[in-house]
Amino acid sequence: RSCILVSIGGKNIMLDCGMHMGYNDDRRFPDFSYITQNGRLTDFLDCVIISHFHLDHCGALPFMSEMVGYDGPIYMTHPTKAICPILLEDFRKITVDKKGETNFFTSQMIKDCMKKVVPLNLHQTVQVDDELEIKAYYAGHVLGAAMVHIKVGSESVVYTGDYNMTPDRHLGAAWIDKCRPDILISESTYATTIRDSKRCRERDFLKKVHESIERGGKVLIPVFALGRAQELCILLETFWERMNLKAPIYFSTGLTEKANHYYKLFITWTNQKIRKTFVQRNMFEFKHIKAFDRSYADNPGPMVVFATPGMLHAGQSLQIFKKWAGNEKNMVIMPGYCVQGTIGHKILNGQRKLEMEGRSTLDVKLQVEYMSFSAHADAKGIMQLIRMAEPRNMLLVHGEAVKMEFLKGKIEQEFSIDCYMPANGETVTVTTNPSVPVDISLNLLKREMALGGPLPDPKKPRTMHGTLIMKENSLKLVSSEQALKELGLNEHQLRFTCRVQLQDPHSDTDTLHRIYTHLKSVLKGYTIQHLPDGTVMVESIVIKVSSSTEDPNTKVLLLSWSYQFGSDLYCLKRGFFF
Amino acid sequence: MAAHLKKRVYEEFSKVVQIPHEEAPAKKLRLSKPSKSAALHIDLCKATNSTDALQYLLHFARKPVETESVEGVVRILLEHYYKETDNSVRLKIASLLGLLSKTQGFSPDCIVDDAINTLGNEKSHQVLAQLMDTLLVIGTQLPESPAVRQRLIEVACKHLSDTYFGVRNKCLQLLGCLGMVDTPLTKDNEGLVRDVQSIISDYFGDQDPRVRTAALKAMLQLHERGMKIHEIIYDQACRLLSDDYEQVRSAAVQMVWVLSHLYPESIVPIPSSNEEIRLVDDAFGKISHMVSDGSWMVRVQAAKTLGSMLQVSPQFLEQTLDKKLMSDLRRKRTAHERAKELFTSGEFSSGRKWADDAPKEKLDTNTVNLIASGACGAFVHGLEDEMFEVRIAAVEALCQLARSSASFAEKCLDFLVDMFNDEIEEVRLQSIHVLREISTHITLREDQLDTVLAVLEDSSRDIREALHELICYTNVSTKECVQLALLELLKNLNKYPTDRNSVWKCLKFMGSRHPTLVLPLVPELLSTHPYFDTPEPDMDDPAYIAVLVLVFNAAKSCPTMPALFSDHTFRHYSYLRDSLSHLLPGNGLDLVDSRCGLGSVESAQLFLQQSLNRVSTIQNLEAPGAQDLLDFTIRDLRRLGELQTELAGAADFCATYLRCQLLLMKALQDKLWNMAVPLCLKQNVTATAAAQQILEETYKLEFLYSGLDSRQVATIHHVRLQAKALQLILTARTRQGLDSLISSCEKFLQDIESFQRLFLTELPHLQDSFVDKLLELMPRLSSCKPVELVKILQTTLRQSGLLQLRLPEQTMSINSRTMRIHRATATIIEPTGESDNPLRFTTGLVVALDIDATLEHVQDPQNNVKVQVLYPDGQSHVIHPKPGDFRKPGPDRHRLITQVYLSHTAWTEPSQIEVRLLLAYSSSSTSLSSPSKLGWSDSIDSLPTPETAVEGTIPFSKPVKVYIMPKPARR
Repeated sequence: RSCILVSIGGKNIMLDCGMHMGYNDDRRFPDFSYITQNGRLTDFLDCVIISHFHLDHCGALPFMSEMVGYDGPIYMTHPTKAICPILLEDFRKITVDKKGETNFFTSQMIKDCMKKVVPLNLHQTVQVDDELEIKAYYAGHVLGAAMVHIKVGSESVVYTGDYNMTPDRHLGAAWIDKCRPDILISESTYATTIRDSKRCRERDFLKKVHESIERGGKVLIPVFALGRAQELCILLETFWERMNLKAPIYFSTGLTEKANHYYKLFITWTNQKIRKTFVQRNMFEFKHIKAFDRSYADNPGPMVVFATPGMLHAGQSLQIFKKWAGNEKNMVIMPGYCVQGTIGHKILNGQRKLEMEGRSTLDVKLQVEYMSFSAHADAKGIMQLIRMAEPRNMLLVHGEAVKMEFLKGKIEQEFSIDCYMPANGETVTVTTNPSVPVDISLNLLKREMALGGPLPDPKKPRTMHGTLIMKENSLKLVSSEQALKELGLNEHQLRFTCRVQLQDPHSDTDTLHRIYTHLKSVLKGYTIQHLPDGTVMVESIVIKVSSSTEDPNTKVLLLSWSYQFGSDLYCLKRGFFF
Repeated sequence: MAAHLKKRVYEEFSKVVQIPHEEAPAKKLRLSKPSKSAALHIDLCKATNSTDALQYLLHFARKPVETESVEGVVRILLEHYYKETDNSVRLKIASLLGLLSKTQGFSPDCIVDDAINTLGNEKSHQVLAQLMDTLLVIGTQLPESPAVRQRLIEVACKHLSDTYFGVRNKCLQLLGCLGMVDTPLTKDNEGLVRDVQSIISDYFGDQDPRVRTAALKAMLQLHERGMKIHEIIYDQACRLLSDDYEQVRSAAVQMVWVLSHLYPESIVPIPSSNEEIRLVDDAFGKISHMVSDGSWMVRVQAAKTLGSMLQVSPQFLEQTLDKKLMSDLRRKRTAHERAKELFTSGEFSSGRKWADDAPKEKLDTNTVNLIASGACGAFVHGLEDEMFEVRIAAVEALCQLARSSASFAEKCLDFLVDMFNDEIEEVRLQSIHVLREISTHITLREDQLDTVLAVLEDSSRDIREALHELICYTNVSTKECVQLALLELLKNLNKYPTDRNSVWKCLKFMGSRHPTLVLPLVPELLSTHPYFDTPEPDMDDPAYIAVLVLVFNAAKSCPTMPALFSDHTFRHYSYLRDSLSHLLPGNGLDLVDSRCGLGSVESAQLFLQQSLNRVSTIQNLEAPGAQDLLDFTIRDLRRLGELQTELAGAADFCATYLRCQLLLMKALQDKLWNMAVPLCLKQNVTATAAAQQILEETYKLEFLYSGLDSRQVATIHHVRLQAKALQLILTARTRQGLDSLISSCEKFLQDIESFQRLFLTELPHLQDSFVDKLLELMPRLSSCKPVELVKILQTTLRQSGLLQLRLPEQTMSINSRTMRIHRATATIIEPTGESDNPLRFTTGLVVALDIDATLEHVQDPQNNVKVQVLYPDGQSHVIHPKPGDFRKPGPDRHRLITQVYLSHTAWTEPSQIEVRLLLAYSSSSTSLSSPSKLGWSDSIDSLPTPETAVEGTIPFSKPVKVYIMPKPARR
């Protein structure tokens, strides 16, 4: 399950609020007391963002908002907002009505919770408050899945939720612009897998179904209601269309029908083909796929049936399976992973005799096929996303530690950025160096521009002279004169002096003159003046000569220069030593 | 009334006469047509505010300006420019300057200085940018003067440091368009000599992405103008590949591509290692990387460019298809590899078990390269892209690369076959086409063939036909493959009976390609049995015909095969040989009495030439002998055309021409010509008919045949002129109305003139011909009376001899197949005209008739081909098919698949209508009017010549009869 807490620039954001499907006790939901110890969640959290409608990403939402108590904004995309309550309600029904649990959220709670939701559009920047802004990107995976870019000041985080970098039959690929976040939080379900082309799998799937239909067999495809089921429907529908097939395809009713409505509605969230052709025909208005009725299972002739649930552990899919298992012409295609102990798992492992309740056994004669259609990014996809977004740090979640370890190594090696993989309940702190905005006076800027050089290169820092004034809460960069004026200070000049003694029998004026002529001959290209008050000026350096009081032959040279003109001194030195 | 008068009086008094001030400068101008510029000037002066001035200028810009007055207008505009304070008006003036200097015939060198001067004290950046644009236009108009260029370049360099991106953009554009190719000498303020390239490349690092793009584009422009781009640019361009902005990346991809073509063999180091690789490989790797870019525009660009990088080393090329699979850190085989393995182990794919793809060996974590360094898997990504534009580009690139490398073709086969399953039809079609193009390199494995053939059930006709086309060219490896293909094709035939012809053709090639693979299958295919006679199959069964086509075509090159045939097979052969001659081999089956071997094309060519030469001796013969000779020659030529398909067009062309001559000769040489008019009515009728026929034939000659040169066209026109003369004489003899005679005489004279104009270059070859003589007499003709003219015509016509036809030079050489004379032909495949069941429909409603026809050697069929429907009552409809109904399956070949709608009032009996295809022509769009052939096209525009109006249609397909029955509507 996913539930991530991010503190960024003084803001606290909860990313996803998932539940664990495996537990039936308190471990099912995240421990919200951990966040605040004691106190109200609303005070602590600025917002909650839900990436998509899978229960492991949104299952605990009503529990948190209604039972623990949270009144702040909850953000999710439009399709997620539409489909999420259906799933929650279904889940509630199973746990409360079937398993008879108490202390669980009610339908009303789901409704109330949904009232707190603020819908998001793709690429729409939403200001949560003055400083915090969020922006959603397309993520593939399931309808309405989004990645979010969260920004506070100059610091930013991207949270991917679940995403898919290869397009499938009904959804496009995830995309993000080069937003260079400080940290990218990515799922890593397939951290160590590089998948084969989707096309091969699709072709295999279609070929199997086609062959079986041609033989006159029946095909059972156990699915979960949302997501993959729609993809498979589209796949079969287009194939039927292309090949001019006549055998009926049925879809077990219930949840799915409702969900299909939303798929029809949110056509902008689907892939290129569906988006472009929906004017002629909405691909989700299936022509060949009809609603299933229990009595159809006994009809003669070939047919394809999608039935829930996906692991053959209960419900309609199991009933149909029992009916059809005896005929070797029939086929069952498992489109996903099956948990140990379910019939799905057993038959996939080649068990041909199943023990049913009531001690009867079932001979499995039909063909069993396995066809995986998963919509998570594989290792290559994750790397691709990193390249797209160019984050400064990387954080892997939603995966197995061992696999993440491998990917972490790869990321560090390829991109040379830091990569973290916190365990549940662990906190990772990433230091950022936020840039501090400073106001600069226009005059100063113009003066710097006038100083010449090529046009400013945005990629290279450039040094300039100025004074930084910190006043109250603002920073200002102004020229030194202006700073003096503003602060009411006098300008002080720093001059450095040094004495050089040298033996010279001539008089002071002669010595000075000799120095003057010498310098003049040596330092070409510098302005050297012999001033009437007995000094020699080399650029801005003043040279005076006086004889020592003890020994008239020892002349003392007094050199004086201001701070900025060290370079002049250097040339003068050159003049003396040559 | 009084009040009204009073009002008028006041009005008169209070009228203020406005005299436009400052008219003087307009008079000073030296202009041949001062009106235009003066008007502009007055307008501009009148304008009180900038909005008005802008309005005037906008209005002014709509009208064209004569070449002579351009300079004057420019001066006025410039004058006003200096006075104007409003930016938008100045901007408009600047753009007008550019527009004006584009005027044809005007040389803008006189305004260069002024235009440059305006830059000096311009403050507005927008106007500056527009001025630079104007200078660019001026510069491109003056390609011949290097001095102006040099100046413009200096100006551009000066303004490159402008703070506004538009100005920098335009300066770079100017440098790109005008930068000196040979003498790259521009001095910057430090006195260093720098060339245009280094100046432009400075702006690769500009802060504005638009300027960076402009710099790259300018560099590409330099390249296009033939300047050799320095190799140093490569590094800079590569850096820009990772720019934040897509247009920069896109331009950078192009830049890298250009450089990889310029310096393919240079060596570049690989960063972070001390290895070195060829530049083209490096560039290939980098562009491959861009195939997984974030922006799809860049991805398309990158995928397209990859296709043309043919110099890349094979190991890099093959990496683009490489994608190491792994699962839980263990190496996994791809589905392709598994399929291959299954195949090699001789085991059929019986369906996959769960965890069949379970990973095998453990991978060393260090060797797994997740982020593809270099070219790794570029095409794998491209082919799986979200946008079909990228996928198509990738497929095309694959095709180009595969055509040049056989091993790569072999490797990319799996991926292309996968694309047959794409969700977008365009992509599927494209990949089928691509596979056909590279099919010379490849042999399909059984499992691949299986996938390919699965597409045969596609409901789209285009896809199926493309696939048939592909199978025609495919090599397969085993006899099982042949059998599989045959089975699938028969299945297809069963499901879509309209594919009959296409499937048969497919099997024809299949048979002739794999005779040895077909041999072992023959007994099974023909279901013969060693001991028992099997029943004779039904000859009308398309599936049986399909099998026979396959077998007979294989038997052509496999002499042992006929021994396996049973008696009825031989009978069927001779039947099919007649009914479907295009599908069966013409000779080579020793079971049939072999036809006499045809000579080679050369000998046929020689024969053709000899026949033509023989005809030229006609002058010396007496009339009947000459006619006989022509008759025989025409017969010979027609036969030659039938036998030698290579020369069919030419032979047919000659025969038709000779037929015209024959008709003319017959019409003229009748002895009855000197009789009085009333006595020779019958004679007149035949002669008129002949003249009419000759005219028709000449149009056929001109428009039905492609590959004619101007000489032949002139000859055709000459015959037409003769026919027209004949018509004129006949009119004069029969009709008494003088007016009509005068007008037709005039028309004829115009015809002669236009002939002369059209074929000025050909006249020397037409010596001693009818036209030659007429042209000599031309002064007299144009002045004399119609009766006299007719007389002259009559004598000249009878005296003039036959003009010999020459075949174009190209036909003489056998090797050049490009410029042969071809006859446009059309065959209607559907409807077949064999059906006895009438098509019934209710009167007043329409019925759609499917038409499927192949057209060969038709130019521009979308405009020229029409469908004609002839009803039994003589009513006829001409239907123009939609452009989308034409497909182009091969060079010089088109396919028309369309529907025509029929309707008619009620009939009592079913009856037949005729459907045929027409070729429309109009002499304004003839093969002649292409200006490349002759230099007269300029003159024809100005003169509205009468013969441009000639339009008509030629039926060029056999008519097909369709049985229809409109029933009366039921009340």
